Amino acid sequence: MFLWTVLLIVLMSAIAYVAGRSRAAGLVVADGPRLHSLPSYHGLLVAAGAMLGGLALAILSALVLGTQSVVTPAAAVIGAAIAAVPLYSRSAADFRARNAFERVVLVVLVACSAVAVLTTIGIVFSVLFETMIFFRSVSPIEFLFGSHWSPTGTPASFGLIPLLVGTLLITVIAIAVAGPLGLLSAIYMAEYASPRLRNVLKPVLEILAGIPTVVLGFFAALTVAPLIRRTGEAIGLDVASESALAAGLVMGMMIVPLISSLSDDIINAVPQSLRDGSYAMGATKSETIKRVVLPAALPGIVSAFMLAISRAVGETMIVVMAAGLAANLSINPLDAVTTITVQIATLLVGDQEFDSPKTLSAFALGFVLFFFTLALNYIALRIVQKYREQYD
Amino acid sequence: MTEVRDELVKKRYASERRFRFYGAAALALTALFLAILLVDIVARGLPAFTEKTVALDVKVDPAEIDPAQLAGGNYDKLVKDAFRAEFPQVTGRAERKALGALLSTGGGDALRQMVVADPALIGKTVSVPVLLGADAGIYLQGMLTDLTTVAGKATLNIARLEGEEGYVLSGDTSGESAEQQLGLTAGQVVRFKGGALRVTGMQNGYVRAEAILPPELPVITLPAGQWDSLTFSVPESNRRISDAQAVWLEDLKSEGRIQTSFAWRFFESGDSREPELAGIRGALVGSLLTVAVALALALPLGIAAAVYLEEFAPKNKLTDLIEVNINNLAAVPSIIFGLLGLAVFLNFFGLPRSAPVVGGLVLALLVLPTIIIASRAALKAVPPSITEAALGVGASKQQAVFQHVLPLALPGIMTGTILGLARAFGETAPLLMIGMIAFIADIPQGFTSAATVLPVQVFLWSDLPEIAFKSKTAAAIMVLLVVLFALNAVAIYLRKRFDRRW
Amino acid sequence: MNAHVPHQTLVTPEKPRALASGQFKVTARDVDVYYGEKQAIKKLSIDIPDRAVSAFIGPSGCGKSTFLRCINRMNDTIPTCKVTGLIDVDKHDIYDPKIDVVQLRAKVGMVFQKPNPFPKSIFENVAYGPRIHGLAAGKTELDEIVEKSLRKAGLWEEVKDRLAQPGTGLSGGQQQRLCIARAIAVNPEVILMDEPCSALDPIATARIEELIDELRQNYCIVIVTHSMQQAARVSQLTAFFHLGTLVEYGDTDEMFTAPQEKRTQDYITGRFG
Repeated sequence: MFLWTVLLIVLMSAIAYVAGRSRAAGLVVADGPRLHSLPSYHGLLVAAGAMLGGLALAILSALVLGTQSVVTPAAAVIGAAIAAVPLYSRSAADFRARNAFERVVLVVLVACSAVAVLTTIGIVFSVLFETMIFFRSVSPIEFLFGSHWSPTGTPASFGLIPLLVGTLLITVIAIAVAGPLGLLSAIYMAEYASPRLRNVLKPVLEILAGIPTVVLGFFAALTVAPLIRRTGEAIGLDVASESALAAGLVMGMMIVPLISSLSDDIINAVPQSLRDGSYAMGATKSETIKRVVLPAALPGIVSAFMLAISRAVGETMIVVMAAGLAANLSINPLDAVTTITVQIATLLVGDQEFDSPKTLSAFALGFVLFFFTLALNYIALRIVQKYREQYD
Repeated sequence: MTEVRDELVKKRYASERRFRFYGAAALALTALFLAILLVDIVARGLPAFTEKTVALDVKVDPAEIDPAQLAGGNYDKLVKDAFRAEFPQVTGRAERKALGALLSTGGGDALRQMVVADPALIGKTVSVPVLLGADAGIYLQGMLTDLTTVAGKATLNIARLEGEEGYVLSGDTSGESAEQQLGLTAGQVVRFKGGALRVTGMQNGYVRAEAILPPELPVITLPAGQWDSLTFSVPESNRRISDAQAVWLEDLKSEGRIQTSFAWRFFESGDSREPELAGIRGALVGSLLTVAVALALALPLGIAAAVYLEEFAPKNKLTDLIEVNINNLAAVPSIIFGLLGLAVFLNFFGLPRSAPVVGGLVLALLVLPTIIIASRAALKAVPPSITEAALGVGASKQQAVFQHVLPLALPGIMTGTILGLARAFGETAPLLMIGMIAFIADIPQGFTSAATVLPVQVFLWSDLPEIAFKSKTAAAIMVLLVVLFALNAVAIYLRKRFDRRW
Repeated sequence: MNAHVPHQTLVTPEKPRALASGQFKVTARDVDVYYGEKQAIKKLSIDIPDRAVSAFIGPSGCGKSTFLRCINRMNDTIPTCKVTGLIDVDKHDIYDPKIDVVQLRAKVGMVFQKPNPFPKSIFENVAYGPRIHGLAAGKTELDEIVEKSLRKAGLWEEVKDRLAQPGTGLSGGQQQRLCIARAIAVNPEVILMDEPCSALDPIATARIEELIDELRQNYCIVIVTHSMQQAARVSQLTAFFHLGTLVEYGDTDEMFTAPQEKRTQDYITGRFG
């Protein structure tokens, strides 16, 4: 039925276009008044009417009678006709079909822009709604400050703290890896590398940035984690097979391109005049970078780190595959810890019952994750914006 | 005074060199990580692109095949019987079972295809390549255990013990102990024509052994070169191929019966519980359907939104809000989009679980901000003089935008879209939420049939315990990366080809 | 329609000689233009005759380009720009909400400071306007319009064999003449030129100036220029702008020999500017 409806709407619109266009063309008479709009605009207007009218009535019928109803295609045809006929009969030499059509187009454009906003509203409401239901059975205090997480245990307990600590532990490891590597890479690329070298290095970072996280997770779980475990055993350390270190290291490598490309932009935005001032006093390149460029770029670099933290906190696949499920409250990087995203993914994979606290707790975790990353992103983007204005 | 200054300058230059080295080292480390990652994946994945078959002469017994239903015949039995016929000395129930287990459960497929294509083969004996099972396959690829084969350098006497289980092995009757003459130690396997024994230990200057494949004769004498000893680096209890199975496979290998061929099956079949039969076609089709939906939705929406925001939107609080919103949305963790899909599309609208159409919807929302941001940048790069020129001859603003600015911005928009597409293609987490993680063996038939996608297939396989699936996982990753690199290459090409300096 | 004050010569007591032949094509009364808070034009009134070249001169930032862009409402594209007062073209208020700005711009064409051909073929550049306005019934008619416009712009002989090549491949002077041909192709009555020669070399400039002189037989031409020599060479009337006001407007010869206003004289003799 869906296909038929679409086909019929397209067909009706095509008919409307041809009809509207030829009627307008027929209005042209020698020495008569000139058409205000090209005939094709008359056609487009009638066609737009047919399409929107058809869509509107088809959607209405689908909502009332269900998507499989035979009425839907019929409703599409009727809707198209109802909307198109008055527009068709309105065409006259001085009818401003172009202006009318352009208004329709503008409304469509505005509607498309609204989708992004609707997405945000959808996220906020879906997460908020389920979280509210969750808080009916588990108190927010217990959720936010509880130190035990065991959604499937009896009795189930929903304490966020171990997840938060696990998330932060892995994030700290990741940033400890990605921060220096990314920043130093960016400095080298922006200040030292020859254009030819840059042409080689940039794709390396772009490739790394483009590798799906599921691939990095596989690498972390199958190659990095055993390596760390074996190394640890060799020097007499007790390493969990799903250690936070393995997940954190690989996540750090994932974030290197993000920090380096953001920092690269920021360092390049520092005006040459500042550098020249430093060189003119006999400073070496590294002194100029350390004393002049980096302090000037600091706000931007801070925001790059914030975006990186947000990315690390929200990253799912690497931790699902390489970090554990056990909610240990530990800050030892060699222990297995779990994260917010791991728990969301585990709780929601498979069949869910929307009335159990287990499923709903995933939404509460999503709520925490969403607002945490949103706050980080928002502040970071504001800093970047401020920073750009400063040097524009 | 000058000396002190020279000292200082030296120090400063040293620090300069150090700093520069740190930068280079950081980049080198990153590149090294990428190289190790890629090499590791390729090394793991390459074996999955080949498959091992054994060439068998199979008599197509009319009793097992109903001519009216050619495809329904019991080809597996025919193939297994033919395989067992190769080892007539294997008679025990457990041994016969172990022998049969070397073949894939899909071992009869090739024969079925041949017979269905040519029913005249019924009743004849045909030579057909039969697929080996996953464990046999990876054993032959050397991934289960290392094997050292040493040809026997002395005469070997084998005698079955009377009254108790086992055999004694001895060399010739010279003074040296049998152990030294034969060079055998416990755990080694002695293979010869018609049987195989496992060395269990030493006793009274003799070598004690137990039967793996019991020889028919109670006493055998084998001259040097007629037997050999096999040493496995992994003990039998720790591997999925027993010593007996290993010996059969080694026999087949030394007869040149094992063939290695390119595993087209990997690209032609869907998921399976059996590693050697599992392929990525289902996931690949699922990915294509899902990404097609995402593209069909996100591209027009993204361009329209970008055109509005860049060219028509009045500067006010509302458009500022939309802009901030889009920038933030681009950085929201992808798993959150999965929650949205679950709560809104599945729970609220009741759309089907595991369907590409829902996956596409979620991915469309996920890449929409990326496409809008890239499109706006491309539109902004078109100089305003173009718009002015069009307006100057009396084009309306919309005519100027849609007839001049948008076509000029299109290569840039396409570049951004392809990069967004690549992201959608590699995305996993949100699709787990909406049920695209189920085991689905069939190739998805449409936008609403249950499906999985390539990255999720990678995730599913990586979780399975069989070694063969690890290799499959890496191979699926290779395909995924090839697709992504191809998409990126197209984007780079577009950027280079249509790069316009205004 | 709006009631009109009877036309009077502004600033100069005597009617410029050029006015005797034509009617006023463009008239403005008490025009104020704001960019946000900043006022760019203050209480400007002017009558511009048909079939003559009027030159706007004055120091940078004096509002001459701003006013020029008001005449075909190109300022609409700047969101913060606000225009009050009355501007008529052929006695129709062009800021009347009922006016279709698209049709206005077809009637009042514009040539810009920097040549801005579309990155399309020469033919497409000229044919674009006639197409969107539906001026040609068929291919042959369109060909005729393109040829006629290119001939009028003095470019036909140079490009007739390569109409399919991109307009951006022409030299700067040729590009500007292509833009003029593009403007002519939609049958405008007024052509606004915003420093059309400022990006061109002297030879190309001379060629454009010749063209402007030919075009004045059929069009009302308003040209903004930085060069007083150019104003003297091509225009019949000159308007001197300073700090957002119209200081003096009158016969070009008179303006350059005997300006009424001290400020005009100072500018022309190079005391400031």
